[in-house]
Amino acid sequence: MSFDVPDDLRYLESHEWVRVAGDTAKVGITAFAQDELGDVVFVELPEEGAELTAGEDFGVVESIKAVSDVYAPVSGTVTAVNDRLRDEPELLNEDPFGDGWMLKLEVDDESETDDLLSPDAYRDQIE
Amino acid sequence: MTLRAPPLSAVHRRADASFTDFGGWEMPVEFESIRTEHEAVRSEAGKFDVSHMGQITVDGPDATTLTQRLTTNDVTVLDPGEAQYGAITDEDGIMLDDTVVYRLPEGAADEFLFIPNAGHDGEMTERWLSERDERGLDATVTNRTEEYSMIAVQGPDAPDLLAAETDVSLAGLSRFEVADGVVAGVDSLIARTGYTGEPGFEILCPPNGAEAVWSALECQPCGLGARDTLRLEMGFLLSGQEFHPVDEPRTPYEAGIGWTVALDTEFVGRDALEGVAADGPEEKLVGIELLDRGVPRHGYDVTTPQGEPIGHITSGTMSPTLGSPIALAYVPAAYAEPDESVRVVVRGEPKKARTRSTPFLDR
Repeated sequence: MSFDVPDDLRYLESHEWVRVAGDTAKVGITAFAQDELGDVVFVELPEEGAELTAGEDFGVVESIKAVSDVYAPVSGTVTAVNDRLRDEPELLNEDPFGDGWMLKLEVDDESETDDLLSPDAYRDQIE
Repeated sequence: MTLRAPPLSAVHRRADASFTDFGGWEMPVEFESIRTEHEAVRSEAGKFDVSHMGQITVDGPDATTLTQRLTTNDVTVLDPGEAQYGAITDEDGIMLDDTVVYRLPEGAADEFLFIPNAGHDGEMTERWLSERDERGLDATVTNRTEEYSMIAVQGPDAPDLLAAETDVSLAGLSRFEVADGVVAGVDSLIARTGYTGEPGFEILCPPNGAEAVWSALECQPCGLGARDTLRLEMGFLLSGQEFHPVDEPRTPYEAGIGWTVALDTEFVGRDALEGVAADGPEEKLVGIELLDRGVPRHGYDVTTPQGEPIGHITSGTMSPTLGSPIALAYVPAAYAEPDESVRVVVRGEPKKARTRSTPFLDR
């Protein structure tokens, strides 16, 4: 099976994606990740204002069969969380790169994105 | 160690199932999604390859005596074509396994057939043989796990689906009865048993007939993932989770299946269990429903509202039918009544929860 890996995103080996525009970033998990997890039933996210550090876990995704930590692709301050996931965690399965986004960050250091996987590198990883 | 694979392995791969190691078997865990499969069984029907379950036959003049010695229930009440649930306990009354014992119909090749859990077939065959030899009984015990495939079809539509493929009158087959007959051209044993709480059947057939039976039952293929959420909604025990001789040593009374213990029969563990029955178990398995958000999982601590540890979760999930987080837990008997306020510690956070009687669903 082949999974969507949008070209305008950067990735972590642990299957998070980030879209960086200037000093803001949007973060979620990939189509591959949601397929591995199966039916997502619960998402635990930080509060607005929380400080995240690149590579550290910031939340939890629970599916019927598994529980998985999610990791921050870049460091920054949470400016928004996707409240819809509270009552519609299945958005992570249905639209992981769109309506299933998890949070927005004000990025501390844009150069951190240089350490992330390119779409091609991530494709290689999940093939 | 090489994993054992069910005869239908290639069929499941073509259906794009994902697999897991369960009891030494590589079994399909998910075909579509656990939720889809679960809902199919609750509303229509689903089929499960449960060929990882063991099959052991017991024959000969002392077959009844031997099986009576090693299971907690009273097998002498079984007429040909009847089955019963029971436990297999050690001298201390600790559950080694749970099983369904079938007394096979007149004319079947064997007299008793029992179904140990996945990976327990070798150990249980040894147990029956050594008890036989120790007591000088005249019985033949045969591990037939490789000679049988087992396919379950479960759900409100299961009776109609199976009726279209068999010559056996299913209307005449009550719960926990077994008949021999032909399914999709394959000589089979058909039992009205299951692990989902829905109407349904388990079909035992030779491995070379498994694909014909599986294909003839046109409904949602289901993996072990949905099997687990379905049984958990019913509060059914899973070997290795709710009981395990080392990791979770429990008596049938603690595990909530005291009704399978026939103290008026002679079996290994009886004397220990008589004491437990008289005093009542100190701890009991109870249903838990989380009121806060979160998912209870195996091993999580259960505490009082004040934070005093009182037990632990053995199995938990988000119930696809109820849409709420449910679990089974061992707690002191005083907390095992419904509607006790407790906490489940999820990643260090105490979550509000209440005890519940099982099954979680009315079935």
